[in-house]
Amino acid sequence: MILVIAEHSNGSLKKSALELLSAAKGLSDKLGGDVVAAVLGNDVSAVATELAKYTAKVIAVEDAALADVRAEPYTSVVTTLAKNLDAKAVLVSASKSGLSYSARVAMRLDCPLLEDVTSLDVEGTQVIATRFSYLARVTETIKALALPVVISIKPNIFPVVEASASGTVEDKAAGLAATDERVKVGEKAAAKTGRVALDEADIIVTGGRGVGSSEGFAKLVEPLADVLSAGVGATRAVVDAGWRPYSEQVGQTGKTVAPGVYIALGVSGAVQHLSGMNRSKLIVAINKDADAPIFKVADYGIVGDVNDVVPALKEAVSSL
Amino acid sequence: MKIISIIKQVPDAEARIRATASGIDLEGVTFVIDGMDEYGVEQSLRLRETGLDAELISIALGPKRFEEAIRTSLAMGSDRAIHIETDEALDPITQAKVLANIIKEEGAELVFVGGKEADWDSAALGPAVAEALGWPHSDWTTKLVVSGSSLSVTHDSDEGSETLTLPLPAVVTTQQGLNEPRYPTLPNIMKAKRKELKKLALSDVGSPSGKTQLLRQEIQTKSRLNKVLTGDAAEAAKELARLLHEEAKVI
Repeated sequence: MILVIAEHSNGSLKKSALELLSAAKGLSDKLGGDVVAAVLGNDVSAVATELAKYTAKVIAVEDAALADVRAEPYTSVVTTLAKNLDAKAVLVSASKSGLSYSARVAMRLDCPLLEDVTSLDVEGTQVIATRFSYLARVTETIKALALPVVISIKPNIFPVVEASASGTVEDKAAGLAATDERVKVGEKAAAKTGRVALDEADIIVTGGRGVGSSEGFAKLVEPLADVLSAGVGATRAVVDAGWRPYSEQVGQTGKTVAPGVYIALGVSGAVQHLSGMNRSKLIVAINKDADAPIFKVADYGIVGDVNDVVPALKEAVSSL
Repeated sequence: MKIISIIKQVPDAEARIRATASGIDLEGVTFVIDGMDEYGVEQSLRLRETGLDAELISIALGPKRFEEAIRTSLAMGSDRAIHIETDEALDPITQAKVLANIIKEEGAELVFVGGKEADWDSAALGPAVAEALGWPHSDWTTKLVVSGSSLSVTHDSDEGSETLTLPLPAVVTTQQGLNEPRYPTLPNIMKAKRKELKKLALSDVGSPSGKTQLLRQEIQTKSRLNKVLTGDAAEAAKELARLLHEEAKVI
């Protein structure tokens, strides 16, 4: 069987959960066995019921120690589920937390790890995946030499499944050991902006140094993002300058995104930034420097001052 | 306390990478110590400079050319280094097992690993080393304080950031924001040449076989339309909106 660990946040399923289910369906068609999706958390009954609309078998694991996504309790629960259900593959979202605990799960199961994958295939009984490397400049194809295999799935790449099932929900105990809880979570600072998360966004509007200031973001970047229902991104220079939070940083040391449309405002296009967005399906650049490297990767561009072009673009988009 | 920094040598971010039929050709590329790993080396130096009694050891697992990155960490201020030399590109899980054995032998209590490797784009090594050792870990760490036998850290989570406390021994994966790594000074570069660099072969650590096989590496540059508009801002903006709506059909 194929085990899927469905992510959720504030009582609702994340889009990645539905992407994992479509990836899992593809694997189960070729490897055999059914798909079982698990939700872990403190109070997950509503999310489990929601998940059962998309897949036949759901396991709900509730424990106060799973309220926060901590690597060790998650590793214990996921490893136990994988062993008990004799999973051929364990699918996890390649979110920050998913990347973190999936490596521990692979180590504990002493099995291959396919990390941050963008496509999956099966040859015989071996799972083959593509993923990015060398700061997302290279696409590599790798084969897991044994089963089971732990796979983290890059968000926003696989299609989502549609609601069609009326699945069953089974409760299972977490069965955690005391050492699983040795890492204690203290204060949390949520980067809540009320906007779509960068790794789920279909459109991202990113501001670079050319936007000028944090006020420039409020005046140019956010209004355009509003009319497009887009996520807001920032370059490293902008985050270093303290104009925007780190959670919005796109690039080598921030997030790697691949939305349908990536709109770069006042972004020069340093390699570190390009590595975080060069897989976007369509790239739009607005920059006053016609020689800025960002134009080399752009599908559409305007050479002009963001202060003039962006408000006009917002108007033009609104009146479509 | 012994503190270990695991380091890698990677192509400079600005380096032009070529692909051949047999994979990525790194001939002529400039290599540097992975920037993500530098944060760990720097943090270990700062811990000692602020009063922690510690021996600082760099460990690297990779080909001969890694020596340069190892010397950089020694020039930054690490005391000695261990290089497990291999041309095999072992997967992070297998690497973690090898490294964990050496960390155990050394009796280290704190291990730094870069949060994401700039060659494999992998974030697995730190958590995998922690699991192999049976230790807790903190990932994507931006702030770190050692107090007695525990660590207080701030790290990035899926939802923003949070503080954690974890008991030592522990693994910490590092990233931008943790500190500003120093540049080695010329006298320290000279001194680093005399510091101990112990060499091990993969056969010394049990000749592990990898769990994955690299089949292909390709550079897929998506061809872009490169339609760049100039001239009056309002006119160009209107035309761009039209193109996005009618031609690309994305808004």
